[in-house]
Amino acid sequence: MSLAEPAALPVAASAPARLHILNRFSHRFKASLPAYLLLLPSLIFLALFTYGAMGRVFVDALYQRATPKAPLRFVGLDNINAVLADPAFTGAVVNNLIYAVGTAIPSIALALLFALALSRTNAVTSALRAALFLPVLIPMVAASALFLFIFLPNVGLLDYYIGRFLPVLPNWLGDSDIALYAIMVITIWKNAGYYMLFFLAGLQAVPEDVMEAAHLDGAGPYQRLRHIILPELKPTFLFVIVIATLNAVTQVDHVFVMTKGGPSNSTSLVLFYIYEQAVEHYDIGKASAATLLTLAALMGLTALSFRTMANREGGA
Amino acid sequence: MTLIDRLFKDTPLATRREITPKLGFALTVLLAIVWLIPFLWMGVATLRPPSDGINAMAELMPSLKPTLDNIRDAWEIGDFPRYALNTTIICTGILSVQFVTITLAGFAFARLDFAGKSLIFYLFLMQLMLVPVLLIVPNLSLVAQLGLYDTLIGVMMPFFASAFGTFLMRQAFEAIPTELEDAALIDGASLLQRIRHIYVPLSMPSFSAFAIISVTSHWNDFLWPLMVINSPDKRPLTVGLSVFTATAEGTQAWGTIAAGTLMVIAPLLVTFLIFQKRFISSFVTSGIK
Repeated sequence: MSLAEPAALPVAASAPARLHILNRFSHRFKASLPAYLLLLPSLIFLALFTYGAMGRVFVDALYQRATPKAPLRFVGLDNINAVLADPAFTGAVVNNLIYAVGTAIPSIALALLFALALSRTNAVTSALRAALFLPVLIPMVAASALFLFIFLPNVGLLDYYIGRFLPVLPNWLGDSDIALYAIMVITIWKNAGYYMLFFLAGLQAVPEDVMEAAHLDGAGPYQRLRHIILPELKPTFLFVIVIATLNAVTQVDHVFVMTKGGPSNSTSLVLFYIYEQAVEHYDIGKASAATLLTLAALMGLTALSFRTMANREGGA
Repeated sequence: MTLIDRLFKDTPLATRREITPKLGFALTVLLAIVWLIPFLWMGVATLRPPSDGINAMAELMPSLKPTLDNIRDAWEIGDFPRYALNTTIICTGILSVQFVTITLAGFAFARLDFAGKSLIFYLFLMQLMLVPVLLIVPNLSLVAQLGLYDTLIGVMMPFFASAFGTFLMRQAFEAIPTELEDAALIDGASLLQRIRHIYVPLSMPSFSAFAIISVTSHWNDFLWPLMVINSPDKRPLTVGLSVFTATAEGTQAWGTIAAGTLMVIAPLLVTFLIFQKRFISSFVTSGIK
């Protein structure tokens, strides 16, 4: 922790003094060696698959092949421009924004309701918490397999039980106006129980005596929620919103299994677009450009939220 | 004393007569039931004989003549034993290497003082912000260059270092009193011996918390193995299930799909129901992952 120490040496650095600094550094490096050796295994894998991958995305986004077998040539920002001009990409971005807002808000609202209702621990609430948490554990692919049948036209679970109340049976996954919303239902079902955990933890911080005092002052349940509980949960909200947004971009396996982006691209999301470019069109340049844009957007968002959080803590 | 009164008996006396919390609770109970319906259907459909026909498939009342035919079909057609083996290899492979890397790095951050500590700390922190799924394209070309395309090692490799695990272990090691280590130091124990015999045994709860998060998330991984694996006999459960579902959907074999899904998620569900408390607390810490 004493990196700054050499600066405190006399300014007139004569030759022996400079040697002295050098010695200190080599001594310090020697003292640090065991730590570096312990960190080495982790750093190798991080260098390969995190920082190296980041660098690769930057470089790959600048190159393009005319045909899959043609040599690579430098194209500068052409890939980025091509991606931004691609209606399939902008469509995927719009879909992903709708998907993010349409999954984050309902799942967070439900999570808050669940946490408020189940904040006390007894046998009944533990069982209910477990029931609501079960979908979090299962793979998105397994959830997709179950919901494929639930959304199956005519004979599926939804049509079988609810269809008789509807004038026309919608084709849940086959109608381009509905499919994205059907996909969103699965995400909400899967994530609400996860976010509930954070609200349950956050609710522990709400002081019971303040709640009772507020009640004595005549505050009803709604007022206590609005003026005591919600302000106390603000950091939890911020945190859960960040996770929900990240999930809206990364946790989209059901699109691959259930709709493959269709019908007519109505459920194509950004990660699916990247996958299509890389795996189906072998267009690494465009896939990297799209990855770069997505990473930039997400890192901007996390940085912003960290700053808001830091500001809040600093101001408090 | 009615059931509702019993449930609310530990609420503060003053608020016990309010109606809104009870409505919220009732709504939650209702939604919890709705939340369980897909699982209920999965169980009922697995045991329903195919002779009941497609029109009875959605019926949530269990069949009167339950059968294990669907499970047998899924087991035979789907090659699930092979998929389960691959997933097990992937999860244990990742976890064993992670245990080594996070223990060593966690110890360095917790107990050693070295030049550039905060810089390296931020390098680790960056991994938490760069979600690995987004780096599939560059990582796939790297895995291919290393000659690991279509191998299980290729699936595991990007996850061998874990910033989340490192921070978890750092926290656990910092809580261990240095006096214990000093005693071992006097006895002449080397650095690795001290980690192995003092720090690791005392940090088991953190290891198990990390194991839960690591295994569940890699058990459920889909997109990355889908890209790396090409041969059918190297597929993990998730990729296998998606291929199986696509085939069985064509023949409307929903009972077998339900049985296949059940096989994929049963190990996780059973472990969860046994270690419920541990799972929940691990998942709360995983928020920063």
